[in-house]
This record gives sequence, structure tokens and C-alpha cells, in this order.
Amino acid sequence: MTQNHNSLVEIQNMAFSRGSHVIYEDISLSIPKGKVTAIMGPSGIGKTTLLKLIGGQLTPSKGKVLFDGIDVHQCSRNQLFVLRKRMSMLFQSGALFTDMNVFDNVAFALREHSGLPEAIIRRIVLMKLEAVGLRGAAPLMPTELSGGMQRRAALARAIALEPEIILYDEPFAGQDPISMGVLVKLIRELSDALNLTSVVVSHDVQEVLGIADYVYVLADKRIIAHGTPEELRLADNPQLTQFIGGKPDGPVPFHYPAPDYKKELLSGLD
Amino acid sequence: MGLINQIAKLGRGAIDLVVGLGSAGMMLWGAIAHRPRVRKGTPLLIKQLYVIGVQSMVIILVSGLFIGMVLALQGYNILVGFGTEESLGPMVALSLLRELGPVITALLFAGRAGSALTAELGLMKSTEQLSSLEMMAIDPLRQIIAPRFWAGVISLPLLALMFTAIGIYGGHIVGVEWKGIDSGAFWSILQSSVEWRQDIVNCIIKSALFAVVVTWIALYRGYNVVPNPEGISRATTQTVVQSSLAVLALDFLLTAMMFGS
Repeated sequence: MTQNHNSLVEIQNMAFSRGSHVIYEDISLSIPKGKVTAIMGPSGIGKTTLLKLIGGQLTPSKGKVLFDGIDVHQCSRNQLFVLRKRMSMLFQSGALFTDMNVFDNVAFALREHSGLPEAIIRRIVLMKLEAVGLRGAAPLMPTELSGGMQRRAALARAIALEPEIILYDEPFAGQDPISMGVLVKLIRELSDALNLTSVVVSHDVQEVLGIADYVYVLADKRIIAHGTPEELRLADNPQLTQFIGGKPDGPVPFHYPAPDYKKELLSGLD
Repeated sequence: MGLINQIAKLGRGAIDLVVGLGSAGMMLWGAIAHRPRVRKGTPLLIKQLYVIGVQSMVIILVSGLFIGMVLALQGYNILVGFGTEESLGPMVALSLLRELGPVITALLFAGRAGSALTAELGLMKSTEQLSSLEMMAIDPLRQIIAPRFWAGVISLPLLALMFTAIGIYGGHIVGVEWKGIDSGAFWSILQSSVEWRQDIVNCIIKSALFAVVVTWIALYRGYNVVPNPEGISRATTQTVVQSSLAVLALDFLLTAMMFGS
């Protein structure tokens, strides 16, 4: 497979295992520039792992991850750090630095990398916080914020250096409907306004289908379906229908693999 | 089969140990083997000196005072039987400088600051703060590990000297103020017995080496923690147990080298 010029990230025939546990067998996907691409799948399928593979925090056992044509896993540590200045990641927990207030959290990467004077950094930070609606919360510590606000503050920090791509790890997990609505709106608006490439990893089907331009669905260590949200809604793949419809049993079984139920119940009687 | 399993287990243990030592060495090398960043590094170092060093002062000073007092009281009871109670000053000072100062300070430091470092790093890892630094193209080894390591290495020798100084003062309270030893004799015999190179420099060397060991173990355990509550609890315990044992074993080696001949 060759590099597609419209895509920022290309994953080519990638496999990944943790010890003897295979997470991916053979995955290929491409993330187009300036679009919101969603990666969906059941919990525990390794969606966060995929983001860490794109960010170079994990190394695949086979295959390549190309970022703007550069093989992420062939880079030296310094080259990787240069590449990461063009990426940003919104962690599931927010991962705000707990010993700094919201303002300093957002200013952190700017102070480290930009070399800008403090007066300009202050203005940039206030603009980023205004974009996520938290300018008034600048002096608060992360522990004083609600879960949704923490994630918005982390989002302000993620866009501080104006990256080309943002990797969102389960941005909607554990959010109340209002926070969820705010985050959905922010992800879409930021993507359109800044021409950002966004990768959203999530299992919140309706929210994701609402904002994504293109969707990949992972299951059984591979991609089982991909397409625009409309194409996926109309698809007749039973595994996909179960996932999108949220049905408890189907091709993805309700029961964890176990020996015969009756035999196991009767086995301890004598 | 039983014997083979035992041998395999022993081999696995040895391999794990070597791998652990290797990765601990790589971590420390990654943290300290680079050009120092004065403008950005100094505030981080000062903050850690405060957290690791200044905040450990109370426990070190109070322990030092009581240990000096106990040492003087026990020493006095023995020395008075031989009529040599004037030697109490050098007895207290040399015990503290050569052994108790560096060793007890390092043990207290492992319990007070080492465990806190491990727990802090463990929680930073479990809340993905270390990963998020990496993704911001900031090396956590330089940003997080290096200032904590240097703060430990600078703080512990100073704390050991404070412990020793206040211990000697505790000895003075018991020997001179309470038991009535002549103050002039106490200080003059103490001064003539304590040697700069043999006693004070060796005290500083010992505590600097203990500082490297304790801080290194604490940081390695925290940085490589399994990020869940059980993992953090285990890592914190390992820090205290392993660094205490390492300090005691290293103390024997150093004492044999410094005072053996």
C-alpha cells in the first residue's frame, strides 16, 4: 500500500500483541487530513492502544504507522519528539497536571516549546480557554473542576500548540448529557475552525456517528467495517448491527467463553 | 520435575533481577546524562528540594535530638563505671558521624521522602500524566525524574549533617546539663577526637551514596509501577523495604572500606 496524499496517518498491515495476547492481527486504515475519523469497537478491544501506536508510545510487532509519510517507529527519540509537537492527545482521564492550576496546565507546553514571551502566552492561553468556555476557571486547580470541565481544560491544553492532529481517547466516557453535548460540539467546531485532523476513539455510538466523517469499527482483532456513518447505519453485517443497535447478545456473545453450564454446576456435588 | 522447576524459577529470578537493574540504569542515565537546563531546571529543582528536603527536616531533627539524648544517657551509664565520663562527647559525636547520622537519616528519608516519591510517580502514571508529557514531546525523565533525583542527592547529606549536629546537642543536654559533666571537657575532647577527613568527610560520602541508592530505588519503583491501587501500594512498600536493606548492606561495605584497616 502506498501513502495516500490526502491522509495524515496511514496504518499499513499492522499487528500488535501484549505478551501472548494478540490485540491486532492485521490492520490497515487511513486517516484523512482535516476530517473527523472515528474508531469504534467494544470495550477492551484495544482502541486506546491504537492511539498509543499512532503516537509512538507503543511499537507494533509487524507493519507500519506513517504520520505525514514518516514511519513513526523508525524515528529516533528526538525525531519522535519533533513529530509529537505536531500531534496532541486528549486522554480519557484528562491527565491534567494536578500540581498546577488550569491556566498553567494550558500554558505548560507553550512555555516548554514555543519560546514566546509570557505576555503573548497569556493571551494564547486565554483564547484557548475561551474556546472551551473555561476562561473564568483559569485560576482553579484541576481537583476543583467537574469531570466534564477537566476534559474541556485538557482539550484547551491539547490545542494550545495548534497541532495538526488530535487523538481523542474516549472523550465521552462517564460524561453527563450536557457535558457530552458540549464535547461533541467542541470536537466538531474545533475540527472545522482550525482544519484539524481528529481521531475519536469511542464506543458511544450515537455521539460518534453524529460528528464523524468516516468510521472504522474494530472487533475480533481486525477492522470489521468502515465507511461514512450513513453507510454503516445501512450495512447488514450482523456484528455491526449488534454493535450499533446495542443488542446484548449476537455474534459478540453475552457470555465469556466457559465450559458447559450444566456440567459445571453438577460437577461439585459428590 | 520439581528440581528442574526450582532451577527454572531461580533462573527467571536472576534474569528479572538483571533486567530490572538494566532498566533502572537506563532510567537514571536518561534522566541525568544531558546538558543541564539552568533556566527551566532550577525552579523544578528548588521545588523538589523544598518537598523532599525541607519537609523532611522536622522528622530528622526530632529523631536526631532524641537519639543523641538516648545515646548520651546509655553511654554515660557505662563510662561513669570506668570514671571516663568526660569521653562522652567524642563517643556521641563519633557514633553519630560515623554510623548513626548517615544510616538513620537514610532510613528515615526512605520512609518519609522515598515512599512519597514512589506514590507520587505511581499516581502520575495511573492518571496518565507521564504519558501526556511524552505526547507533548516533553521527556518525563528530564522533567520529572531528574529534579527529584538531584533534590534527593543534595538533601540527604545536608539532613544527615543536621541530624548529627542536633544529636550532639542532645548528648550535650543529657551529659552536661543533666549529668553534670564539665562543659569545657565535653567540647574540647570532642573537638580533638573528631577528624575532618576521617569522620566528617566520610559521613558526607556515606550519606551521598545512600541518597543515590534511596532516591534511585524510589524513582524506579514509582516510574515502573503497575498503575492500579494494588500496584502503587506494592511499589511503595518495595521502596521502603529495598532501600532500607540496600542502605544497611551498603553501610557495612563502606564501613569496612573506611574503617576496616
